[in-house]
Amino acid sequence: MTTTDAGTVPVAAAAPTVPDAPPRRGRLRTVLLGLPVPLLFLVLWHLGRAQEWELPLGIRMGFLPYPADVAAGLVNYVAGTRDDAFSSLLWEDLPASALRVVSGFVLATLIAVPLGVLMGRFSTANSLFDPMINLFRPIPATAWVPLVALLIGYGDQASIFLITLSAFFPIVLGTISGARQVPERLLEAARMLGTSGVGTLLRVVLPAAAPAIVNGMRVGLGLAWVILVLSETTGVPTGLGSTIFLARDVVQTDQIVVGMICIAVAGFLSDRLLTLFFRVLFRDRPLIK
Amino acid sequence: MDLEDVEHLTAGRTADVRIAGLSKVYAGGVAAMADVDLTIASGEFVAVVGASGCGKSTLLRILAGFERPSAGVVEVGGTAVTGPGPDRGVVFQDYGLFPWLSVRENVAYGPSRKKLPKAEVAAVTDRFIAAVGLTRFAGRYPAQLSGGMQQRVAIARVLANDPSLLLMDEPFGALDALTRADLQAELKRIHVDTRTTVVFVTHSIEEAVYLADRVVVMTGGASHGVPGSIRRIVPVDLADRDVTSPAFNAVKREIAELVHTAPAPV
Repeated sequence: MTTTDAGTVPVAAAAPTVPDAPPRRGRLRTVLLGLPVPLLFLVLWHLGRAQEWELPLGIRMGFLPYPADVAAGLVNYVAGTRDDAFSSLLWEDLPASALRVVSGFVLATLIAVPLGVLMGRFSTANSLFDPMINLFRPIPATAWVPLVALLIGYGDQASIFLITLSAFFPIVLGTISGARQVPERLLEAARMLGTSGVGTLLRVVLPAAAPAIVNGMRVGLGLAWVILVLSETTGVPTGLGSTIFLARDVVQTDQIVVGMICIAVAGFLSDRLLTLFFRVLFRDRPLIK
Repeated sequence: MDLEDVEHLTAGRTADVRIAGLSKVYAGGVAAMADVDLTIASGEFVAVVGASGCGKSTLLRILAGFERPSAGVVEVGGTAVTGPGPDRGVVFQDYGLFPWLSVRENVAYGPSRKKLPKAEVAAVTDRFIAAVGLTRFAGRYPAQLSGGMQQRVAIARVLANDPSLLLMDEPFGALDALTRADLQAELKRIHVDTRTTVVFVTHSIEEAVYLADRVVVMTGGASHGVPGSIRRIVPVDLADRDVTSPAFNAVKREIAELVHTAPAPV
């Protein structure tokens, strides 16, 4: 004999939003198990280079640099040990690239989060923008490059535009799904406590959708780094991507691999930084899962 | 929803509730209730009982402003209800606390919306957290509290808003019997202290008789093929609400008969 007329119990869990490192128990074991495969990879890489293996898909390993050369190139890129065109260049390339990634990512977030909240909560907004988003989303950033070259020309703005475009879609989609899943009961509670319409979006929808927004932002930031190399084909002089193309032009394969490694590390570190930022922002507040 | 319009009500605290000719028809033509008339005096505690689907929760949600009536008059303090507002606090069965806010922040939520000075918000918040006995838990989050404690927070949260009408929708329905009894006694004490007008929807006849000045018995409802309506309003004139006393049980029996038997054909 129970009637629960509306709403479900909002499920909250006292766990942090972002997935944590694996449990501390067995951490040593995890670290040890993580070593053999990369080590084997390095050994095969070295052997393949030395014996000039030919692999399926026409992979000619003779054209690879030795792992040791890559390591030396990395040291030169970071600390300038060789005195060539790439010596210590990381400290020019990294800030230039990071600035493009951050600008594009922030711009994408500033557009995508408000738009996603509106689309998730109001069917009119959703009907207005949904066809447009679904139309543009499947267009790969690579396909934009020629048009962008004409529209914007070469340089930083073109680069930032491509990054913004790529980061925008995961963020807006994450925000929409988060905003849709806000428990109706919490909106009722906010309204009966005297929250205005806009206030409800800021005080209930945004925090309730926060985990989905954060997930979308992490995917978006990852994509921003993925698109970075492409976006630096737009003729910007410095940057991790530009340097990879420069290295290709002067046929310095070890430097190409060094650039790839640096982008991977930068992408990984920026994701950690974003995660840390949200951990500080939310502290240990339980959010809706 | 224009909050400025209803805000002035909280100052005067004139919570005469007037419902006249109220009907609710859902999309598709299902009649949830028809011709409901009910007047509630300021400071009164009214319980609404009835079988599942009789429309008692719908009545409460219309008073809260969450649902619009199809026809009829719904006034609180002389002003027509057009939407939810802080003059009518709602306590839900599933609490509806903000999971990302601590107990203190949940209770401070309403007063903060009124743009009161910070010190005043803090004072009001502390007072109502103390009133429900949760001072030690003010820094906890809802998920870290038991159901009974969460419902205490929900009650403190609406009382901190100084509502002229307190609407409670089966607030203790999800709690175990002991916690339920504690909260009933506490609510009774709070009502004596604040004299806030209360409309309390419940399945428990005993709870209704224990708490209320009058018990509204509803029958029918969409699931019974007839619109829900008020069958009778039973005044509870018991000086002492001892649940084991013969007088208490006589009132309980009278209401149970009204709830469980079909009304005589007209």
